[in-house]
Amino acid sequence: MALADNNGGAQGRAPLPKWLTGTVKTLGSIAVTMLGLVFITFIIGRVMPIDPVLAIVGERATKASYDAVYLQLGLDKPLIVQFFYYVRDVAQGNFGMSLLNARPVAEDIARVFPATLELASLGVIFGVVLGVPLGVVAAVRKGSWIDQVARVLALVGYSMPIFWLGLMGLLVFYGMLGWVGGPGRVGIFYEDVVPTVTGMLLVDSIIDGNWTVFKDAFSHIILPASLLGYYSLAYISRMTRSFMLEQLSAEYITTARVKGMSEWDVVWKHAFRNIRVQLITVIALSYAGLLEGSVLTEIIFSWPGIGSYITTALLAADMNAVLGGTVVVGLIFILLNIASDLLYKVFDPRAR
Amino acid sequence: MTEQTLRQWLLTDTPTSRRHAKLSALYQGWLSFSGNTMAMAGLWILLALLGIALFAPIIAPHDPFVQDLGNRLAPLGTPGHIFGTDSLGRDILSRLIYGSRITLYIVALVALIAPIVGLLVGTVSGYVGGWVDVVLMRITDIFLAFPRLVLALAFVAALGAGIENAVLAISLTAWPPYARIARAETLTIRSADYIAAIQLQGAGAMRIITRHIWPLCISSLIVRVTLDMAGIILAAAGLGFLGLGAQPPSPEWGAMISGGRRFILDHWWVATMPGLAIFTVSLAFNLLGDGLRDVLDPKGEK
Repeated sequence: MALADNNGGAQGRAPLPKWLTGTVKTLGSIAVTMLGLVFITFIIGRVMPIDPVLAIVGERATKASYDAVYLQLGLDKPLIVQFFYYVRDVAQGNFGMSLLNARPVAEDIARVFPATLELASLGVIFGVVLGVPLGVVAAVRKGSWIDQVARVLALVGYSMPIFWLGLMGLLVFYGMLGWVGGPGRVGIFYEDVVPTVTGMLLVDSIIDGNWTVFKDAFSHIILPASLLGYYSLAYISRMTRSFMLEQLSAEYITTARVKGMSEWDVVWKHAFRNIRVQLITVIALSYAGLLEGSVLTEIIFSWPGIGSYITTALLAADMNAVLGGTVVVGLIFILLNIASDLLYKVFDPRAR
Repeated sequence: MTEQTLRQWLLTDTPTSRRHAKLSALYQGWLSFSGNTMAMAGLWILLALLGIALFAPIIAPHDPFVQDLGNRLAPLGTPGHIFGTDSLGRDILSRLIYGSRITLYIVALVALIAPIVGLLVGTVSGYVGGWVDVVLMRITDIFLAFPRLVLALAFVAALGAGIENAVLAISLTAWPPYARIARAETLTIRSADYIAAIQLQGAGAMRIITRHIWPLCISSLIVRVTLDMAGIILAAAGLGFLGLGAQPPSPEWGAMISGGRRFILDHWWVATMPGLAIFTVSLAFNLLGDGLRDVLDPKGEK
């Protein structure tokens, strides 16, 4: 290994340390991916049949004001220059103005995003807390009824439209049984009662010490969060199961059993410890998946998050808002992927 | 030839010709597939769906577009309308039957476009290598980095709502995994001796890719496509539900759910029935995909 490195720096310069080139490479590929993402949204915005100038000045604007806005938006410049401006704006967190409410899109997104974050986080917590033990048990007792239940749960989760299951949930648990709050984040009487700190209502009501609001908000979030949790459970339990099966068939497990170690210790102290790293990746991915799954869920539950925001904007042809939302969700997606890669490196000595 | 001897002919250890060997392999694959009850259930459901779609005008008891405002929101089990009627008095069963055509149409198109694009990108990338590989895989990564539904939403927003655009949007978001698989397969095939032999015989890159690499990538792609079909159906239904797929009055299942959503608390069947249809079909595809994976790709998860 050392020899190979020396050959690499044959021109007399000391070879760069491996971690440095590795980091530069990673950062480079992240930058390219992000640039590509912004490029795609830029192209989508350009092929749109909507005239961005008309959308601002209106149908009956004079030629002079039309031209003024045309120049102001930089539409006279070559496409590559326009793209450069767009990247510059996005890098500064400027996604333009929303055509619907004439406010900066970035502000809107910052306002709605905590609602999505709250929903997806609670969903992933459900998914992990239930999905990981289910997957482990399904692997340990392969072929048992628990394994079958886990399999069916996953299969149904992969096959059911999330928006439909959400509607059915509303019908049964809200309409028929009245166990949970209806659509929306909180009952109408409790709106704007607690001061906004994080934008996540559950957290804010705890900070404020207002337990009435907390209870009401919880009764509203429980159904959509369980719904998202179910989908992440389907994925997490399947992956946990296959990781565990791989470990349980390894020789060190046989050794541990031969030594007379209790089955509990074999499973949790040996096998499970070795899948933690892979699990982190899976959980990060399912978290990213939930951000996406929340688009349809939010619509069903009138949840004022980024999914509702993008769709409302879409139906109103508010392109800045759509593209801004798409870029933000895409960037978070990428960041979560990177985060899971990094965690992998931190926790798994073999990956270093 | 009696059936018994045909069976023996198919199961022989000593095939007499290339065709014989191929048929024999196919038959053994079929035997192991048909032993899988779940996969067979999936296959039967899909065959039934195909039949329903083909003979929709004969099977459907009513015209799916004819409104009967005097008979709005008739409940389940109403004589003449087993699944009830929707908010415009249209027979839900007939709409479901005609809707199967739209679902199959979307699935078939996406299942053609996405794997072919992925196969092209992946094999070229893997075989040519060098900077072509770097560029193509970067592009693939960028598309993979997008959340699929959100990207599809943005595409449909740009292209305009409609079935064809929904198909295009879903395909555009669905091809990257196929490209990854095809590239991985190509990389292992590329260094095989038989490829070197063909190269020495003077075969060009084009010929090697299309005649000698593609056929070997197909089986893993087919498995992946079948497993993806459920996802495609769900994505199409999602777009329809958002009003971005098939446009009214077309009886697309996702759009039907969206239409029934407003009455969900009082007239639950309007949204429930199309959802059950979507669920059944995507479940069938998942079962079929699992079964095919066991037959075609023995390396895969059991």
